[in-house]
Amino acid sequence: MNKIHVTTTLNGDPAEFLCEPQETLLDILRDTLGLTGAKEGCGSGDCGACSVMLDGRLVCSCLVLAAEAQGRTIETIEGMADGEKLHPLQQKFLDHAALQCGICTPGILVAAKSLLERNPDPTETEVRYWLAGNLCRCTGYDKIINAVMDAAAQMRGA
Amino acid sequence: MALDSEKRVFKVVGTRPQRPDGIDKVTGRALYGADLSAPGMLVGRLLRSPHAHARIRSIDSSAALALSGVKAIVTSDDFNSASNSFNQDVLDNCMARGTALYHGHTVAAVAASSKTVALQALKLIKVDYEILPHVTDIADAMVADAPVVQDGRGAQDAPAGTSANVTDVVAFGHGDLEAGFAKADKIVERTFRTAATHQGYIEPHACLATMGPDGKADLWCCTQGQYAVRAFCADMLGMEVSQLRVTASEIGGGFGGKTTVFIEPIALALSRKSGRPVKIVMDRDEVFKGSGPTVSSLTDVKIGMTKDGRITAAHAMLRYSGGAFPCGTIEFGAMSAFAAYDLEAVQTEGINVMTNRPREAAYRAPGAPMAIYAVESVVDELCQELGLDPLDVRLKNAAHAGTKSSYGPTFNEIGLVATLEAAKAHPHYSAPLGVNQGRGLSCGFWFNFGGNTCVSLNLNADGTVGITEGNPDIGGSRAAISQMAAEELGIGYDKIRTVIADTNSLGYNDVTDGSRVTFAVGLATIQAARDAIQKMCSRVAKLWDIDEDAVVWEDGYAKPAGANAGEFEPMSIAEIAAIANNTGGPIAGHYEVNADGAGVSFGVHLVDLEVDPETGFTTVLRYTVFQDAGKAVHPSYVEGQMQGGSVQGIGWALNEEYIYGEDGLLQNPGFLDYRVPVASDLPPIEAVILEIPNPGHPYGVRGVGETSIVPPLAALTNAVSRAIGKRMYELPMSPPKILKAIKG
Repeated sequence: MNKIHVTTTLNGDPAEFLCEPQETLLDILRDTLGLTGAKEGCGSGDCGACSVMLDGRLVCSCLVLAAEAQGRTIETIEGMADGEKLHPLQQKFLDHAALQCGICTPGILVAAKSLLERNPDPTETEVRYWLAGNLCRCTGYDKIINAVMDAAAQMRGA
Repeated sequence: MALDSEKRVFKVVGTRPQRPDGIDKVTGRALYGADLSAPGMLVGRLLRSPHAHARIRSIDSSAALALSGVKAIVTSDDFNSASNSFNQDVLDNCMARGTALYHGHTVAAVAASSKTVALQALKLIKVDYEILPHVTDIADAMVADAPVVQDGRGAQDAPAGTSANVTDVVAFGHGDLEAGFAKADKIVERTFRTAATHQGYIEPHACLATMGPDGKADLWCCTQGQYAVRAFCADMLGMEVSQLRVTASEIGGGFGGKTTVFIEPIALALSRKSGRPVKIVMDRDEVFKGSGPTVSSLTDVKIGMTKDGRITAAHAMLRYSGGAFPCGTIEFGAMSAFAAYDLEAVQTEGINVMTNRPREAAYRAPGAPMAIYAVESVVDELCQELGLDPLDVRLKNAAHAGTKSSYGPTFNEIGLVATLEAAKAHPHYSAPLGVNQGRGLSCGFWFNFGGNTCVSLNLNADGTVGITEGNPDIGGSRAAISQMAAEELGIGYDKIRTVIADTNSLGYNDVTDGSRVTFAVGLATIQAARDAIQKMCSRVAKLWDIDEDAVVWEDGYAKPAGANAGEFEPMSIAEIAAIANNTGGPIAGHYEVNADGAGVSFGVHLVDLEVDPETGFTTVLRYTVFQDAGKAVHPSYVEGQMQGGSVQGIGWALNEEYIYGEDGLLQNPGFLDYRVPVASDLPPIEAVILEIPNPGHPYGVRGVGETSIVPPLAALTNAVSRAIGKRMYELPMSPPKILKAIKG
C-alpha cells in the first residue's frame, strides 16, 4: 500500500509522517508520533477524549483523516503547558480535583481552552453546553465546570 | 482494627492537597492501557459472534493464516481448562467454547503485523454456526419452555414451573411476615423492571502481553486488580503464577467492570503462539457487546405500613439476569434491599436467570441499586397514599446501631439517621416547587469491603518516604494514602511518594472493589507507618542508650518520653534516616492483613426535576447528596465519588439501557445510542459529607465509592411520579415511557 507523506506543524514544531489513506489523525498522533495524550474512547466522535485543535478549530481527531492534516497546524494536550508552567486550566483542574481517572481530562482541557479563547467570560450554562461533546463518567462534571469557571476568571484577571 | 481511642486532631487528613499523579494526568503524560507499545509488537483483534446463540460446528482459519502478516490465531482450543467452575465461566466468556452464548461473544482472535491486516484476517476466518433459539428478556427466559442458555446450570431449588435458566436461588430475612402484614393499615405491592446498563468507562479495555519461549510473561493492562488478572490468566494458560508479572496501567474508569478479564488471556495466548508482543485494544462497540454490563431486573415488592408510618412487614422477590452465565449478584441485591430499615418482619428472595446476553460484570454497588429502587419506590407510594412526609417515615423506620439488619448481622455505629436529619434540615428539602415539578428522595446503602491488603513503606536516606501499594488508583487514592502516611509519620504530604506495585513487587492484594482502597490500604498504610515508627524509635533508643519504651514519636520526631527518660535533643525522621546504615540497616515498615470492619455506608439523595408534559422529557433541576464518609480523608475526592455515582444513577434512571431486537442482537452498542449524561444535562450536584466514625478503622474511615449510585434510581422515580401524578415502575424513564404514563 502506498503511504501518503504529510507535513504539519505540531504543537509549534514542524512534524511530518507517512500514513495510510484510511488512518485517522488520532491513529497517527498516538501510534506513529507517540503522542498518547489524546485518547480513543469511542472512535466515532461521541466522547471527545481525542479532542485536538486543527488550524484553531476544535475537532475529534478520530474523525479527521491523517492525510487531511497536510499543511495544517495541530495542537494537542502535550502542547498546552508552557514548558514547566501549567496552563491556568490545567492548574485549576488540579486545584478543584476536577479529574478522577483522568482519561477524559486531556480532551476536556483542549475543549475548554478552545472555549475560553472564543469566550473569555462564559456563563456556567455556556460551559456545560460547550463541553457537552466530552464525556466524563467519573465526576458528574460538577468540579470540571467549577474548574473551568475559575480558570476563566483568573485568565480574565491576568 | 479499632478506631483510635484517643480523639485526634488531624493535620493532613481532611485537607485537599494536589493529587500525586495530577500533573501527569493534566499534561497527557499518564500512561493508560492503550498507551504502551513494544518493539516488534503485533496487533490483536477479536472475531465476535454475529448471532445471539449458536453452536460452533467448526472454525477454519487456514485462509486467514495464509494471509501475509498474520502471525497467530487462537480459539478456545488454545486455553487450559480452568481449575474451578467460576474461572471456567470467566474463560468461556473470554472465548466461546463450543457455543456462542450472546451477540458479540468472542469466538477467535488473530495477531497480525498491523490493524489493517488483522481486520482482513478476521474476515477470512470461517466459522460454521448452527443457530440456536435465543432469549434475551428475563421474564421470557424464566418460563418453563424457554430456550435454555446453558444446559446443566439450572438450580435444583429453582421455583416450581420455572425454566432451567434459573440459577443462584437465595433468601434472607427474619420475623413473622403474615403477622406483620396483618398489623398494616395499608399494603402496597408492585412490580418493577430495570434495564441492563453499562459501566461506561471512557477507556476501552486494553492490554499488551509478552511471553518468551521460556514461558515467562509480562502483561500490561488497565485493570482494577493486577493480582486477579494474574490469577485468572495463569490458570487459563496453565502457567505458574510466578511466571506471569502483571503491571496495572493508569486506569480510565472501571466502576467494577475492570475487576475481571476479557482480552488479557487472549493477548497472552496470541503472544505465546506468535512469539511476539501482542496488544489488544477494544473498540467501543466491543466494550458494549463484549464486556460486562450490569444485571437487568424484574422485582416484586410488598410493604405494609401503619397510618402513622411504621413499616410492619416487608417482602421482596428479586429476579436478576446476569447474562449467559450463573451470577451471584442477586445475593447482594437480596441482602441490600431493606438494609436501610429497622424491621420486625422482613424477607427477600432472589433468583438469577440466564439470558443470551453478555456476562454481567460488577457495576458500582453491584446488585443494590435495582433492589433498593423497588423498595424505595413502594415506600414513597405508601407515603403518598397515607399523606406522610417521606423523610419522617424514613426516620421513623431507619436502621441504627443495634438494628438486626434485613440480611442478618446487627449494625454497629452507622450514619443513616444523621444523613436523614441532614437532608431534612437542608434548604433543598423545603424549597418551593413549580408547575410540572416534583421532588423525590431515596436512601442508599452499600456493605463496603476490606479484604486482603499488603503495604510496604520505605524510609529513604534523606528522610522522605516511599509507599508501595497494590491497588490501581481509580479516583485519587494515591493522594488519600499519602495523606494517611503523612498524618501518622508527622511529616509533610510532599515528602511521600506512593506508587502502585506490579504483581512481583508486593504481596497479594484484592482488587480495587467494594470501596475498599481508602479503608483497607489506608489501614495497612497507617499500620506500616506505625511499624516503621517503632523501628525508628528502637534505633534512637539504642543511640541514646535508653529503653525503647522511653522513646516516643511526635510530629515527625523521636523524643524522650518524659523527664525520667533523660535529656536528649529530639531526632527528626531525616536525622534517623541519615544514620540508618550505621544503626542496623535500612528502615521499612510493612503490614499485611485481611481487613474486616469496613463499616457499612448509607446515603440519602434529594432531587428536584421538571417533566415536560408535551414531550415526557425530564430536566433535573437540583440535586443534593448526603452521605456518611466515616472520616473524609481528601474531601474533594469524597465529594467526587458522591457526585459521580449520582450522575451514573441519573443516567440509569432516565436514559441508559441495553436494547435488544427480536433477533437477539444488541441494537445500541455505541455512545450515540447508549447515551450517558453529558454536562448540559445536569445541574450542579451538591455533596454534603457526614462523618460518623467507622469503629473498624484507626481514623474512622469508611468506603465512599459505591453508595452514591444507589439512591438516584428511586429518587428520580419518586420525583417523576410526583411531578406527573402517576407512579412509574420501570427504568429507564425515557420520554416515551413518561408520556405514555401521563396519557395512560
